[in-house]
Amino acid sequence: MPHIEFTSQLSQHLECSIGAIEATTLREAFDVVFERNPKVRSYLLDDQGAVRKHVAVFINNQLLHQRNNLEIALPPDAEIYVMQALSGG
Amino acid sequence: MATILHVGTRKGLFTLKQNRSGWTIDRVDFLGDPVTMLMEDHCDNSLYACLTLGHFGTKLHRTVDGGEKWHELTVPVYPQGAVLAARSFDESSPPPTKPANRAEIWSLEAAGDDKPDCLWAGTIPGGLFRSENRGESWELNGPLWDREERMEWFGGGKDDPGIHSICVDPQDSQHVTLGISCGGIWETTDGGDSWALLGEGLRADYMPPDMTHKLSIQDAHRLTQCEVNPTVMWVQHHNGIFHSTDGSKSYREITEAGPSTFGFAVCVHPGDEKTAWFVPAVKDQCRVPVDGKRVVTRTRDGGESFETLSSGLPQENCYDIVFRHGLDIDQSGAQLAMGSSTGGLWISDNGGDHWDGTSNLLPQIYVVRFSRCQDATDG
Repeated sequence: MPHIEFTSQLSQHLECSIGAIEATTLREAFDVVFERNPKVRSYLLDDQGAVRKHVAVFINNQLLHQRNNLEIALPPDAEIYVMQALSGG
Repeated sequence: MATILHVGTRKGLFTLKQNRSGWTIDRVDFLGDPVTMLMEDHCDNSLYACLTLGHFGTKLHRTVDGGEKWHELTVPVYPQGAVLAARSFDESSPPPTKPANRAEIWSLEAAGDDKPDCLWAGTIPGGLFRSENRGESWELNGPLWDREERMEWFGGGKDDPGIHSICVDPQDSQHVTLGISCGGIWETTDGGDSWALLGEGLRADYMPPDMTHKLSIQDAHRLTQCEVNPTVMWVQHHNGIFHSTDGSKSYREITEAGPSTFGFAVCVHPGDEKTAWFVPAVKDQCRVPVDGKRVVTRTRDGGESFETLSSGLPQENCYDIVFRHGLDIDQSGAQLAMGSSTGGLWISDNGGDHWDGTSNLLPQIYVVRFSRCQDATDG
């Protein structure tokens, strides 16, 4: 079963549970996360449903490049890491 | 006069209180996060704080107990499929578009004393939102968003256009006037059901000559309205200072105002429409104080003449500026607060005649707001 983890920076703002997640696509995985805590949606996705510009999603160490394509298939052993891009000052 | 001042900065919300030894920092909230807009709703003494998180977007929080507890609210969201004009050299008509995503809540105001649960939020990239339930949910104002002139708006400084000023007429809450950068001055007299584009006399030198006076591309940096006489409005515009006595229908340009007419911030005295304050910088291409001196300019005769106020302000090697929400005035009209791009904070208790430097160690200041609440601990 896929496994999802979030940057600890996110827990500074709101509760975001980690662990095993029943999903076959990234969208399904996010939907489970949003069902658990609806506020997470606006932290990860923009108004039009794409991954935020400064949020980085890795699936088995591969960076998701197409921010507006959440239909990407997840292998059963997918390790999803939702990180923040390095920026700021 | 006010005894509490809220200061939104790049690294948190600082609340200052005035006591016998002057203004001191009383509490810090959201430390480390950019707090870009603040609004106190005196209908219920709640304080709203807008956060613009670099990674995770815009957030909105409310406290009703002076910051002891904060409640995260819903933020305005652009509907699926919403678009704005994309900058392009493509001459095609209609212009190319890009998806509309909320980048920032740039203005937030209570919708009037007769509408105690209602709020207006102005956003980048140009959408006006309304909440009927104190920020628990929001709806995009369609009549403004659907105006065809919106596709002519563009960003000035920010990447995309934004609504930075929302003036709710204190005598008629159905009458609201907006300042948009760069999208001109817009007015509704029916609570947002329809909008008119105003601002005859505004001038935009940054456009080709034939478009200088086009209303829909004017870059009002800040729009203010006099509380006691709402027909009087002041604009600090990209091209200078403008004054209206007919509710923004027409403007008169003021060409002389101390060291410069360029700037971002403006405040008008709540009880005297002829008195207003500005914080000048050199010009568009050189956004620093003139001669390295921080000054405030004040008119008390409706713009006929200006005084240059400098007592208590740095008069050498000063290179920070005061952005559009970095100047505020209290209900009495005597107290002013000014926060700068490098964290300088000055407060005046006498209409700007003298300023006390409160801190030069704060982070970059986006917004200063006096509270109407009185400090319960003030002895």
